[in-house]
Formats: sequence, structure tokens, C-alpha cells
Amino acid sequence: MQHDSSGYWKATLGLLTKILIVWFVVSFGAGILFADLLNGIKLGGYPLGFWFAHQGSMYIFIILIFYYAKKMGDIDRQFDVHED
Amino acid sequence: MELQTTIYLVVGLSFALYIGIAVWARAGSTSEFYAAGGAVHPVMNGMATAADWMSAASFISMAGLIANMGYGGGLFLMGWTGGYVLLAMLLAPYLRKFGKFTVPQFIGDRFYSKSASTVAVICLLTASITYIIGQMTGVGVAFSRFLGVSSEVGIYVGMGIVFLYAVFGGMKGITYTQVAQYIVLILAYTIPAIFISLQLTGVPLPQLGLGADMAGTDVSLLARLDQVVTDLGFGKYTTTTAGSTLNMFVYTMSLMIGTAGLPHVIMRFFTVPSVKDARSSAGWALVFIAILYTTAPAVAAMAKMNLHGTVNTAVAKGGDLYAAEASIKAEERPDWMKRWEKTGLLKFEDKNGDGRIQYYNDATKNADAKAKAEAAGWKGNELTVNADIIVLANPEIALLPNWVIALVAAGGLAAALSTAAGLLMAISAAVSHDLVKNVFMPDISEKGELLAGKISMAVAIVISGWLGLNPPGFAAGTVALAFGIAASSLFPAIMMGIFSKKMNKEGAMAGMLAGLFVTLFYVFAHKGIFFIKGTDFLPLIGGPNSFFGITPEAFGAIGALVNFAVAFAVDKVTKEPPEHIQHMVEAVRIPRGSKAVDGAH
Repeated sequence: MQHDSSGYWKATLGLLTKILIVWFVVSFGAGILFADLLNGIKLGGYPLGFWFAHQGSMYIFIILIFYYAKKMGDIDRQFDVHED
Repeated sequence: MELQTTIYLVVGLSFALYIGIAVWARAGSTSEFYAAGGAVHPVMNGMATAADWMSAASFISMAGLIANMGYGGGLFLMGWTGGYVLLAMLLAPYLRKFGKFTVPQFIGDRFYSKSASTVAVICLLTASITYIIGQMTGVGVAFSRFLGVSSEVGIYVGMGIVFLYAVFGGMKGITYTQVAQYIVLILAYTIPAIFISLQLTGVPLPQLGLGADMAGTDVSLLARLDQVVTDLGFGKYTTTTAGSTLNMFVYTMSLMIGTAGLPHVIMRFFTVPSVKDARSSAGWALVFIAILYTTAPAVAAMAKMNLHGTVNTAVAKGGDLYAAEASIKAEERPDWMKRWEKTGLLKFEDKNGDGRIQYYNDATKNADAKAKAEAAGWKGNELTVNADIIVLANPEIALLPNWVIALVAAGGLAAALSTAAGLLMAISAAVSHDLVKNVFMPDISEKGELLAGKISMAVAIVISGWLGLNPPGFAAGTVALAFGIAASSLFPAIMMGIFSKKMNKEGAMAGMLAGLFVTLFYVFAHKGIFFIKGTDFLPLIGGPNSFFGITPEAFGAIGALVNFAVAFAVDKVTKEPPEHIQHMVEAVRIPRGSKAVDGAH
């Protein structure tokens, strides 16, 4: 299967695109562009847009990296290019 | 015990701990210097990376800037953490597979050219030296308070200690020392935050306290803070953006891609055992970084509340902030203010001669606040507080026990010294190996290479210390400039080297130079040529922030766009990279066949 390097690369880019969309939506979207809109919603004492900029996006970034590491491992095995 | 004695004791103990661990770890294995991460658990490695990464800018300066900026300060939080997502996915695993030790080496090999490698060295040096200027500003603040001297003297002392630390210490690379530094640093940051969160809201966890109600009331802390600061003529805390939405957007982007392009951060991922570990170790590093970064906004908002509460008793009690007796009498100001006055970073001036301290925004556009201030006979703001002192002064403002104040001093010094040392290592490797040995004197002896490295470190410290005396901004702002430079020059080149098989040396070099030049041009127009005071040329670009209102700190993202555009344009009209380079890129993209990094680079 090692010859299917274009399939592997396509799967990798697909995963990257998915994650980058979430990455963009939580920080640039919820934290900046739509912050004013979201501030109408309250999360405890936090206005929601402010919460995304000062707290939420960071928690989601952590989840994204571990999700990526796990999924990438799956793709490696699927195309049989993993390390021993 | 006296406060000053306690500070000396705690700082002394922390340094004894680092040195002790260095000696102990060294006795075990000196040969594993470069493969420091090799036998270390990924979690430990994450802590070490976090210590390396979190500098004076993160520890000392960031929360103070957030306190000043309010919501807009979130750009530091998102920018300096979101970059790890890019680093983990776009660069780290591939650079690990590539198996070289420095960024210029990767650029030189991938773009089959020594000139490309030299251009990368120039970009690296510009970014790193700017970064160290910011560190020096922070070091100056920490030492000035620690020794009770002016911040200038603080910088001179700091220069000396950083030099000793980097040249003779060699602590960098010994992972366990950095783990200890991380623990000191994170305790120093979170313990006072927990105390203060408890005092103000009754909730121990600062991340939750920031969203909780003020103790004993049903008004949330953020709502009360919004009320107090808008009453005093400042911008509303939870909505004031950084300049404009566009500026905040590009500023955040600039910090994110700068994070992924900074040489001393990238270097950490060259030495992990496998490609698999390169992916997850960025995640672990971010976990440990986020412990500080999610606490910082609480520190910022609570310090701001306490600062206002210190000089204006109506903040805590409620009632009219403009009542004559609400402002405290200057004679009765707390001791911590007197201590900080010595450093010159906190100033009080009784402009209306009533013997009381009025702290408000005298340049406000809020007509209501303006009218109230005039009616109360206030003749201008009387208290100036340098943003860089907020974190260090925070436990004093909240009247916490002496040992907590001492711990914060130790944490600030640990943060500043470890990062400055890491950057100096990156500079010395780039000069001695990538420049002197590879380009100018291929037959230099190992001893000569080492000497060149040490000389370049000394030169870098002197230059950055000298420029740090007249810093282009607050520590975190100056560091942001460094991120912009890395973002506009190195990140696009590395990324294209991996994600575009056809990118050639002409394209990459033209892109790096164009990105670097455009960014430096815009930055120097505001801050002076090479940050030398009085050499700025704002009229030439049509006034400050003339490019769509974008500040120089935020310009790196624009520089990166220029870099990409120029690179692809030049690539189109020049010839393809040779066949073997295209094969090399394909090999870099798959994990199988990764080898241990060759330590003797």
C-alpha cells in the first residue's frame, strides 16, 4: 500500500482542512468577528463572545491537537506508513 | 520576616534548585545533550517546552496588557496558543521526519541553496534579537523591584545574569531543570490568582471566578468591573477591542503564525523520539501553557478591580466614585505603592492639590464621565501605572502574605531567564554553525565554532540590552513585533517547503526577503530604524497605522501574505526544483523511516 502516497496525502489534507475550519471558527469567528453578537448570550457571568476570546478558544485548541494526533495515527496505519 | 529578606530567600532557593538539578542530571549523561527529549516522557517534555516558551512577556507583561486593553487583550491569549495548532499540524511532524537540527538547515536543504539558508539566518537573527529586547525590558522590571533600583539599573544587572546563565550555565537542554522552572513559574502564577479569586468572588478556581459574582453580592465581577471603568471614563472592559476588529483579526493571526515560525520553539520538536511524538508533544506543551494562559485573564481583570479599589474606596463599598472622600489620601497610600515608586514605574502627582489620589481617564470621550470629573474638581489623572508591573505587584495590591510576593518574584525571574537563554542558544547556533561554518569558514575548528557562538551571544545581549533601555513598547508588545517578523519571513518558507513540491529556491528566497522587508519597513516607520529612537519615518507612510489602521505589532500577517504572493509569482517564472528535491518532499510527508536526529549537527 506504500505506493498510494497520493491517497495518504489527500486524507491528511482532508483532516487538516476539517481541523483548521474549527480552529478558525472558534477563535476568529466566535472570539473576534461575531463576539459582539455572542456577547448577548451569558455563560455564568461571562458574555459568550468575551469568553471565547479569553477562555474557550484555548480549551478547544487543546482538544484539536489531541484529536489531530489520534486521527493522524489512524490514517498512518490505514495507508501503512506508520513508524514501527 | 522582612519582605525583602523573604524575596532574597525564595529567589535564592529557586536558583539553588535549578543548579542542583542541573548538576545531578549532568552527572548521569552529558552525551544526551541534544537528544534531551529522547528518554523523557512526553508529559515531562511538554512541561519543559512550556517553560522554554513562557517568557517574561507571558509571565510579567501579558496580564498587565490585558488589564489595560480589556477584551482586545484576548488577541495575546488566542494568538499565543492557537499557533500551537498550526505548529502541531503543519510543521512539527514534517520537520521531525526531515531530521535536521536547525531551521536554516531545513531551508538550505529543501531549497538546495546556501543562499537560501543565509537568508533564513538573517530572518532568524532579526526575529530573535527583537524577541530578546522584549525579554530585557521584562528582566529590567523584575530586577528593579527585586533589588529596589531603577529599571535601567535593573536591565544592566539582568544583562549580566542572562549572560552568565546562557554562556556558563548550559542549563538549556537539560529537561529536568526546565521542568523545575515550569513548576516554580506556574505555582508563582496560579497561587496568588487563587488567593485573589477567593477574596473577590469566593470561588477558588480563577477560570471560574472570573465568570462568578462578587462575593456577597449578586452582581458578576465582570459586570461590576465594566461599571467601574466606564464610570471613570475608561472603555468598557468586556467589549473594548484592540484598535479595530480588522486590527485584532490580523494581530491574532500574526501571533499565531509567528508562534509556528519562531526558531527556538520549532527546535524543540526536532528532538522528540518519533513523528508520532512530535504530533502529541505540541498538545502536551499547550496543556501546560494553557494553565497559565487561562489564568491570565482572571489575573488581569481582578488586578484591575483591586487597583481601582485601592485608590477609590467607593469601588468596594458602592456609591459615588467621584465623591471627595472616596479617593484615598496620598499620605495613607499603601506601602506597595511606595515600593514601586522607587522603580519609576509607578508615579503619583497631586495635580489638583487636594492631597488625594484620583485615578481615572482624563482623555475620555465619555461626556458623562468628563462632566462628573470636572464637577468634582479633578484636574487630570494623578496615577500612572506601567502595565508591565501589574503581575509582579498583583499580590502586593491584594495584600497577600510575603511568601507569595517572593514566590512571584522568583517565577518572573525564572520565566525571563529561561527564555532569554533559549533564544541566545538559537542565535549562537545560527551564527556559529549556519553562517560562519557553512558559508564563511568551512574549515573552522570545533573550538573556533564554539567561540564564535559565545561571541555572538555576548553581542546579542549587549545590543538587545542597549535597545531594551529605550524599548519600542511594553515587553509583550515588543515580543509581538518579533512574532510578526517570524510570521512574515520564516513560517511561509517552511510551510511552502513542505506543502508545495514545486516551490523552488528563487521563489522561497524572494518570498522571505519580501516578507521581511515589508514588515520591517512598516515596523521601523513607527518604532525607528532598528528600534533606535528618533529614526522613525512616519510621514513617509502617511502617519501612524496608515495601512487600514493596522498597528505595527499586527503587521506580520500582512507580511506573510506578501511573502506567499511574491514566492508563488517568482516560482511561476523560474525553473522547477530538481527531481531529487521533489522526491525528498514526498519522503518528508510520511512518518515511516524517521531516524534519530544527528546530534553533531
